[in-house]
Amino acid sequence: MNTLYNFAVGPLAWAAWGICLLGIMWRLWSLWRLARRRDASSVAYMTWGCALKSLFRWAMPFGALGWRTNPLLTAATFTLHLAMLLAALFVSAHNVMWDYNFGFSMVSLPDVVMDVVSVLALAACGVLAWRRICDINVSGVTRRADWIGLILVAGIFVSGFASSHGWGSQPFMALLHVLLAEALLVCLPFTRLSHAFLIPFTRAYMGSEAIGVRKTCDW
Amino acid sequence: MGIEERRIEDANLERACKSLTPERITKVILDVLKGEAGAKLKVYAETCMRCGACAQGCHYSLSHPGDPSYTPVAKLDKTIFKMIRDKGRISPEQLYGMAQIAFTECNMCRRCSHFCPVGIDVAYLISMVRRICSKLGMAPTFIQDTANSHSATFNQMWVNEDEWQDSLIWQEEEAREEFPGLRIPLDVEGVDFMYSVIAPEPKFRTQLIYQAAAIFHSAGCSWTMPSQPGWDNSDMCMFVGDYEMMGRIKRAHFDLARKLRVRRIVMGECGHAFRSVYDQGNRWLGWRNSPVPIVHAIEFFWELLNEGKIRITHKFEEPVTIHDPCNTVRGRGLGDKLREVVHALCSNVVEMTPNREYNFCCAAGGGVINCGPPFKSVRMEGNKCKADQLRATGVHHLIAPCHNCHGGLEDIIKHNKLKMETLFLGDLIYKLMEKPE
Repeated sequence: MNTLYNFAVGPLAWAAWGICLLGIMWRLWSLWRLARRRDASSVAYMTWGCALKSLFRWAMPFGALGWRTNPLLTAATFTLHLAMLLAALFVSAHNVMWDYNFGFSMVSLPDVVMDVVSVLALAACGVLAWRRICDINVSGVTRRADWIGLILVAGIFVSGFASSHGWGSQPFMALLHVLLAEALLVCLPFTRLSHAFLIPFTRAYMGSEAIGVRKTCDW
Repeated sequence: MGIEERRIEDANLERACKSLTPERITKVILDVLKGEAGAKLKVYAETCMRCGACAQGCHYSLSHPGDPSYTPVAKLDKTIFKMIRDKGRISPEQLYGMAQIAFTECNMCRRCSHFCPVGIDVAYLISMVRRICSKLGMAPTFIQDTANSHSATFNQMWVNEDEWQDSLIWQEEEAREEFPGLRIPLDVEGVDFMYSVIAPEPKFRTQLIYQAAAIFHSAGCSWTMPSQPGWDNSDMCMFVGDYEMMGRIKRAHFDLARKLRVRRIVMGECGHAFRSVYDQGNRWLGWRNSPVPIVHAIEFFWELLNEGKIRITHKFEEPVTIHDPCNTVRGRGLGDKLREVVHALCSNVVEMTPNREYNFCCAAGGGVINCGPPFKSVRMEGNKCKADQLRATGVHHLIAPCHNCHGGLEDIIKHNKLKMETLFLGDLIYKLMEKPE
């Protein structure tokens, strides 16, 4: 098991990060090329000022009409994404690995804080899953692709939490945590998880059209 | 309830449905998806998180609580996303349903853009469905007829050249009884602006031309109207998905203005025509901006009132409310100027809720009213929220500076027995302005 774990945090991690980063670069480059060829009459209207205004408003919880009218979705979305960011950067165990592999690390937040963050993230996953199953406006349009990201993220938080508290067999939980995180990295450029790097562009474009062309707002 | 259970008979859709083969449908869908669409479509299809937030943004969805098939995302899922998912393998029957959704259950009003966290342009995606349907001859009879009219006559109502000129001369003659020195100048070069209208004006709302001429005469404007094809600024081809013809219509319109060497084009109170010149037609022609500046009637009336060219004898006393046409307010930010004009004319303005860029669509725009009588019930049932919104104001006068909105709102008012009168800004200005001796 330890050999497997070492393989997972070693070569497999490099491969996952490689696929993720190269995949994102390839997706962005190919989409940009396609946009220049086919969507020139849209790209021409994109401006930094309008894009940033839209991104800023939608980055604020309840800063846009869509967020205000869907409070549960808003709370769950912001909680989950913030929790993912905090967990990736500020969990002490992650920082040990950063330090071990690259010789630098971020500040670590107390474990108890990260426990609360993990619980909140899981609650947010629960809310999003509940919407996918019970909200008729969501369930009818939910497909398998919509579950992949949610299940992976929930799995990462559950295994991470279990691993940090010594629950379940060790190092199986840690290995599961690493493997799920690597699966997320590999899936990110090629599944609906790509929203992570594509939304800045869709928002920027909508903002540019709404503010720049239509002289109004998109929030 | 899905689209299969609410299929409405339409002669052209039935005819196309019978003549199409699955192979032809697949070919056309793939031609458009691979040959015309680009990164925008690809990214939208991939990043739409199916979160359902858009449900609150659509008047059809709000008017059918408990029926998720009317949400914007459901409409996309049943149309363009399905085409992509199934790689164009769509049966004629399925395409019928897709055409019905795209042409009659979405006004492309873009209200949902205020609700989508991702920033999906639902109107663009629905227009792609219409584009595909149009290429397959799968557009509802009545709207296809307007597109055919555009192709044959460059106006949407089969108005012949002599009929158009006669209508203008007739209105000039009528108006001269009230204003002896009034002219409707035809093809005068080098004046301040060319006034353009949509074909329904000479066809059945001729009094609007009379009123506009009276206002311009009273304001001492330097203006002209074109006598040649290209005078109609409307563009149903844009909504049908016949973009080649959309480009030709817009080019003809701007060519007329350039030929007349006018400083700008002033448009009548129409929303979709405005959209076609500032947003879509120019892009198809590869023009970043329109080659001749375009001013909508809302803005022009605002100018006339602010510059003191039009003086009001008294204000309209009855309470009025304001409908915000999607293509001029959400589409071009004219909400403030519209209010300034209305407040200059009326002493008691009651705002409806929601208003400005968040206002509900009339359910007629986007070419939906042009799909004709077979689909009227779709608009009536699909805009109950608008009826509730109007009823809540408690007023009897509704100002709507847009032709399609007028048609749609009058239907809603009648259907829901709301006892409201719909007014153009021109109606009020003509009624209240100081008229020259």
